[in-house]
Amino acid sequence: MQEIVYKITDPRGIHARPAGQLVKLIKEYGSACQLGSAEKMVDGKHLLSVMKLSLQQGDNLILQFDGADEKEAAAAAMQFLQENL
Amino acid sequence: MEQGKAKITCGGIAIAPVFEIKNQHLEVAQLPILSVEEELARLNQGAQQALEQISALIDKQDPNSQAVEILEFHLMLCQEDELLDPARELIAKGGINAAAAILQAGAQQAAEFKALDDPYMQERSADILDVAERIGACIAGVKVQSKPTSRVVIVADDLTPSQTAAFEREYIAAIVLRGGTANSHAAILARNMGIPSLIRAQLPHDIDGQILAVDAIAGNFYLNPDATTLSKMQQAKEDWDKAQLRLLALRGKPSHAPCGHKMLVCANIGTPDEIEFALENDCEGVGLMRSEFLFIGRETYPTEEEQYQAYARVATALNGRPLVIRTLDIGADKKCPYFNLPEEENPALGLRALRICLLRPELFKVQIRAICRAAARGKVLMMLPMVTSLQEIKQSKALLETCLQELAQEGKEYARPQLGIMIETPAAAILSAQLATEVDFFSIGTNDLMQYTCALDRQNAGLSAFYDPHHPALLELIKLTAHHAHQAGIWIGICGELGSDLSLIDTFIEYGIDELSVSPSRILAVREKILHSTAACLNRRGAEVNF
Repeated sequence: MQEIVYKITDPRGIHARPAGQLVKLIKEYGSACQLGSAEKMVDGKHLLSVMKLSLQQGDNLILQFDGADEKEAAAAAMQFLQENL
Repeated sequence: MEQGKAKITCGGIAIAPVFEIKNQHLEVAQLPILSVEEELARLNQGAQQALEQISALIDKQDPNSQAVEILEFHLMLCQEDELLDPARELIAKGGINAAAAILQAGAQQAAEFKALDDPYMQERSADILDVAERIGACIAGVKVQSKPTSRVVIVADDLTPSQTAAFEREYIAAIVLRGGTANSHAAILARNMGIPSLIRAQLPHDIDGQILAVDAIAGNFYLNPDATTLSKMQQAKEDWDKAQLRLLALRGKPSHAPCGHKMLVCANIGTPDEIEFALENDCEGVGLMRSEFLFIGRETYPTEEEQYQAYARVATALNGRPLVIRTLDIGADKKCPYFNLPEEENPALGLRALRICLLRPELFKVQIRAICRAAARGKVLMMLPMVTSLQEIKQSKALLETCLQELAQEGKEYARPQLGIMIETPAAAILSAQLATEVDFFSIGTNDLMQYTCALDRQNAGLSAFYDPHHPALLELIKLTAHHAHQAGIWIGICGELGSDLSLIDTFIEYGIDELSVSPSRILAVREKILHSTAACLNRRGAEVNF
């Protein structure tokens, strides 16, 4: 399993556009993905669940990838987060 | 041909096909229920069709606009298993058609978003419902509303301000409402954009695409006009266009009455874009910029920089002519979800306008700072709405001083704006002698002053019979306030709808009103009336208008 943690810097938190882009990216990989916070984790391939986490600026976003391409998926997600959130 | 009479809210003539705006409710219960397999297939087809519709909408937008961001979210929702799977499960259980299933699934998800703490996420529930309804409409074979792309007459029961603001002016030949009131914001916005409009028109439903001739001079409409009517209307349109040309010849002339009284005729505007139309009509300034239009129709507070850019743009465009910015006037009929204002029994008498600003000084300061910075770019004046006491003015002045000091310390470019107040409560009118000693100008908001003086809700179409825009109590308050303003040596304007009432111009000249701020489309008609006024100049004025 690969786990990454990213602190959200976007003042709007995880709003609709980056949430959509992130879920789309995660779906490109075969690995299962759980994401969320210390309080709650959800399926990273489900857009509405991800949005309902309602994560804000300053929150730590945790992503766990599990599967054959977990390394690539984690690296791609990290790059996306740094560029967009 | 069908014809009828209606009330005019903005003059003009138009002949164009109808574009009907429906606040539709899907009658999904009436759709037959097919087999589970067939319903599942209908659901997929409906979602696919909705996806194509939204893609087509995206292609028509400016790629950087906020609309695209929202539509892209809608696009993803059409493919979202968390929305479609619950609908599929409902269908699999049997006894429900695909349209009803998607609406139910959408309502469930929307309710979950609505229950979140985050106001932004709460707002997304509307997006989910919107998409579920679109998919449902596709399944049911109902056409979903799109935006007009050629010149049309908009027909609706009523329009919300955001619906009105979303239209592109070049495509709107006229607006005809079956309901509506003259002072609703839809009517005011239409007037500001100079779009001929009628309200309370008894038009049949389902007339999309039929030709409607709108005579917003006589107050008539003709649906599918016959040849004789059509040619009569075309003639009327030509005459109207000619009269417009006559008024356009008044551009560049000062608005001075024959008796010697000098007036300024300024424009009321909402968004900064409207300054173009105001300048085309030769406004002598902006007497009312409704800053709340920077706040509504979005999801977060506009930043100081965003506000500064908007104000500075108008100030620069005015090129030395005055710009009166009314500070935030949210509340009552102007809603703004992210303010998280409490639901009120009686919003017109509730937490609105200056009251919100004084209770949330951090918010107010952002706006004051933006105004002070814009004042370095032109003649900018700041105007407080809904004042009822001296205390409110003093509190606002203290905040203004703090902001000026902060800007000086930060080394920012700024200037001190003149400070004025709106007289729109009977309390302010009665106290005007005292209030005049604290401010640089007054501007009378006749719409609210009327509603608060006569206890008449201006949004209530059922009260029209009691609504007298020339109510003697209102005119008496205007006269009294003008007298007090001049005694204290400050100028006084009118920025409510009454300011463009041509039958009162002579009265206002006699009261010594110094400035009238009206819808851009009315500026030249008001100037024409002033130029031909027969009023006796009583020379009540104590001070030159000094911006």
